[in-house]
Amino acid sequence: MFSPTPFELEALYLSLKVAFWSVLITLPLGLLFAWILARKRFYGHALLNGIVHLPLVLPPVVIGFFLLSLLKRHGPVGAFLHDVFGLSVAFTWQGAAIASAVMAFPLMVRAIRLSMENVDTGLEAAARTLGASPFRVFYSITLPLISPGILAGIILAFARSLGEFGATITFVSNIPGETRTLPLAIFSLLQTPSGDAGALRLVVLSIILALAALLISEYLAVRAKRRIGG
Amino acid sequence: MLEVSFNHRFEEFRVELEFQAQAGSITSLFGRSGTGKTSVINMIAGLTKPETGFVKVGDDVLFDSTTGIDVPPEKRRLGYIFQDSRLFPHLNVRNNMLYGAKASSGNAQEITFDRVVDVLDIGALLERKPAKLSGGEKQRVAIGRALLSQPRLLMMDEPLASIDVQLRSEILPFIEELRDTFGLTVIYVSHAIEEVIRLADKMVLLTNGAKAAEGNVEEIMSRLDLHPLTGRFDAGAVLSTKVASYDAEYDLAELAFDGGHLRVTGVDLPMGTALRAHIRARDVSLMLKRPEGTSVLNVFEGRIIEVRDEGGPQLDLKIDIGSPLLARVTRKSYNDLNLAVGKTVFAMVKAVAFDRRSLGGQIITKRPDAI
Repeated sequence: MFSPTPFELEALYLSLKVAFWSVLITLPLGLLFAWILARKRFYGHALLNGIVHLPLVLPPVVIGFFLLSLLKRHGPVGAFLHDVFGLSVAFTWQGAAIASAVMAFPLMVRAIRLSMENVDTGLEAAARTLGASPFRVFYSITLPLISPGILAGIILAFARSLGEFGATITFVSNIPGETRTLPLAIFSLLQTPSGDAGALRLVVLSIILALAALLISEYLAVRAKRRIGG
Repeated sequence: MLEVSFNHRFEEFRVELEFQAQAGSITSLFGRSGTGKTSVINMIAGLTKPETGFVKVGDDVLFDSTTGIDVPPEKRRLGYIFQDSRLFPHLNVRNNMLYGAKASSGNAQEITFDRVVDVLDIGALLERKPAKLSGGEKQRVAIGRALLSQPRLLMMDEPLASIDVQLRSEILPFIEELRDTFGLTVIYVSHAIEEVIRLADKMVLLTNGAKAAEGNVEEIMSRLDLHPLTGRFDAGAVLSTKVASYDAEYDLAELAFDGGHLRVTGVDLPMGTALRAHIRARDVSLMLKRPEGTSVLNVFEGRIIEVRDEGGPQLDLKIDIGSPLLARVTRKSYNDLNLAVGKTVFAMVKAVAFDRRSLGGQIITKRPDAI
């Protein structure tokens, strides 16, 4: 039967950890930017929209290169993080999470923004006339109504993070136990003579993981839709 | 009392008007679609900010462009019932109702959850989601939800527009009860004259964002010059009447008004019940002599006091029968009978020209169990 080796378990665990943190980073930021793009009209709206979508259309290697330039030990942001917080993200799993988050960000924003644009702003106006502050309106009306979109965003971002390869390997390299997630492990095995069998096992693992994520998301989406009476 | 004055340029038109609404009464904003009615109440509610103007409820200033006061909608305590209900789809009826609920004031007219559920008859719906409600049920829940937020004023934007004609009669009595049971001030926006005649104590007639007339319903409906705005088809006098007698054998009631009695069928209400009778000008025919041997039960003698001739094949006449009565005649009849201002005529109104729709309750009898 399929009993994973420590090498495989390590890659799986690392992948899940990176994807988890990637979702955690993109969710609040994604909400904020989805809200801005869906509800605010301002000069530079199209430009902001374009920038948010860049990771979707640029080669991942380019994103990895940008991140490396910015966040490396002596990069403009990296030096600041290191000097002020003592943080170093280049060549660490945190860096891998950041790379995944950047790549997943447009998917998160798109999913949430779409569902936010479908929310009848009249419902929010009605809530205001019933005495609810804008903050209460957001968490008691808007948030529940966009929950299917949030869920879709989470699943998309999670899946995108699990599959992230180009930006990760460019930014944080391929360090066993630190940044070697499933795709990077598969890549490494394929570079090794007689590594094909091992690669195949990881491919199967990836398929199982992706399928499980999809099934769970389907189930949750149905429940969420039923809850908001759609 | 509500006092408003607005001047605001919208994309299609400019809203420029002021009006007052008395406490504890129903004031109707009446006008055709696209005359700015909804814009007006959006500005009262604080959902749209007017360029200049003010909103005052009693001594409380909610908006004043000169002093910069602009109370946010959630602090205005104005109930707003939207044309499309706007129930929150993720909450059941009970939680929709409780969304803006505040503790009641504790006075005699207090609005409590149980009482609202009882008056609006929605006890059986409490656990349902809005998607499982009919249009009429949704609107009742929306009314209940607004009531429970303890508003000092209730604004209704064509609350019956999205409801089947049959179901409208289900909602109308509730709106009357809001005023009569809870003593609420209601601003009722509508483009259906029958609703206004039935409900409104006072009407504000809007055209292109401006006020064409303001006053009680009888007065405005009897003005010939306003017919293009109040609706040509339904043009007709509105009489304030009281039920004076009832003949059970023929199901025939006599409604007393200044100038006589109007006999109508199908009105079995307690003596003294105040009703408005809408007599469409097209349902009134004129004779020069008192008719004999006619099936028409209502014959009123009066003098023509105004003629409106717009050059078409029909003319509208106002006849003083103690109250103003409107009649619409063809130009041919007008010429053949030599009708003119000052002439005495006999106006005939068929009793069967009335149905419950033409009769509106000013002070509808209260349901004992609702008090």
